[in-house]
Amino acid sequence: MTLAFSDRIDVALVVNGEPVEARVPAGQHLVDFLRLELGLTGAHASCEHGVCGACTVRVDGQAVRGCLMLAAQADGADVWTVEGLTEAGGSADLQAAFVDRNALQCGFCTPGMIVAAEDLLARGGVPARAEIRAHLSGNYCRCTGYEAIVDAVEQVARTRAGKGTA
Amino acid sequence: MKASAGGYARANDVPHALQLLALAGAAGRILAGGQSLVAAMNMRLSDGDMLVDITRIGALRGVTDTGDSLHIGALTRHAEVGTDPLIRTHAPLLTEAVHHIAHAAIRNRGTIGGALAHADPAAEFPACAVALGAVIHAEGPEGARQILAEDFFEGVFTTALAENEILTAISVPKADAAETQIMEEVARRGGDYALTGLCLVRRAAGHRVAVFSAGPAPVLARAAMAALDAGDIDGAVAALQAELDPPSDTQASAGYRRHIAGVLLRRAVERSGGQGA
Repeated sequence: MTLAFSDRIDVALVVNGEPVEARVPAGQHLVDFLRLELGLTGAHASCEHGVCGACTVRVDGQAVRGCLMLAAQADGADVWTVEGLTEAGGSADLQAAFVDRNALQCGFCTPGMIVAAEDLLARGGVPARAEIRAHLSGNYCRCTGYEAIVDAVEQVARTRAGKGTA
Repeated sequence: MKASAGGYARANDVPHALQLLALAGAAGRILAGGQSLVAAMNMRLSDGDMLVDITRIGALRGVTDTGDSLHIGALTRHAEVGTDPLIRTHAPLLTEAVHHIAHAAIRNRGTIGGALAHADPAAEFPACAVALGAVIHAEGPEGARQILAEDFFEGVFTTALAENEILTAISVPKADAAETQIMEEVARRGGDYALTGLCLVRRAAGHRVAVFSAGPAPVLARAAMAALDAGDIDGAVAALQAELDPPSDTQASAGYRRHIAGVLLRRAVERSGGQGA
């Protein structure tokens, strides 16, 4: 037990399946650590107060705001970003559906949308459109008007549930 | 913007956290889910904090049945509160409240203890605690103490918690067999802070009404409660509107908030199967 505060903290975590060790500033949030230290620029640092969802990453199996979690708190965590999800291939169908449905235009919100949508899809079944909207309500998109995003998520939910494409 | 923390330390248990807090003095700040604190740090509303991270203290997490009440550890996350079967059975107001709190990714990190200690006037859990007659558990250098929820919330982001104390848990009386617990709120979009919200509890001992986002702290609307006990819904709405002194801001005017509070009370009474709205 140590009675000491540090302004730089040693962390060991797993990012996209790779072990990472680093010394992080006390006030650095997770998404800056991922972007600036590890070069994983998929998750975006945008509003930085938890409103826009562009920084959404997966931590220990759950979607979280990368800007509202300190890198120091990620010690021991299993972190996945859109880069890792892309490489592992598990989200390829969702990413393809986003392209097919024009569910992205500028693409800024898309990495966060993918992680947030996977959080919902992981529960299985075919969520109602209202449920998809509610689940993505914390992810802003300024291009699409959301309709195409909901279409893409719904289509993938149907396909994954073995109910064919809409 | 970027946060500027003064330092960070990870607490192993509550005594360790209290020692760290004492060491840090006025700059000490408990870090739990961080969903409000880290946002405030990023916006430089809070600067140079000595952060005491309590998230590794396993004893502060989880829900236990203690007979007449449920003991909910401070670190129990919103998402866990929302799916916990004990809470769903014995304190369904909290289950319903979770659906109104922010967004999925925030509910995955935010904690009930953090929401109570932060005491945002627009937050759901403080009003639930007041409506349910919950008890807040705190620990400090002098030992543990319990504070009735209606005495705990003192103002905007201000509670009865001392600087050197930690909120460790909330205990909530179990609903009686015929009890109904209802939350109603108006927000511009799902997950936004309520423009005004209301909790209604109807139990054998009488009605309890708590209103949030209509003043600096949750309001226990005693006159409205007495009118509901007397079966007078119109009187309760009038009494409620007289009891509130809501602020006007960029989100809503005081008059609108007062109006909405009356509408929410009627909706809640109707849902509870009580006198027609």
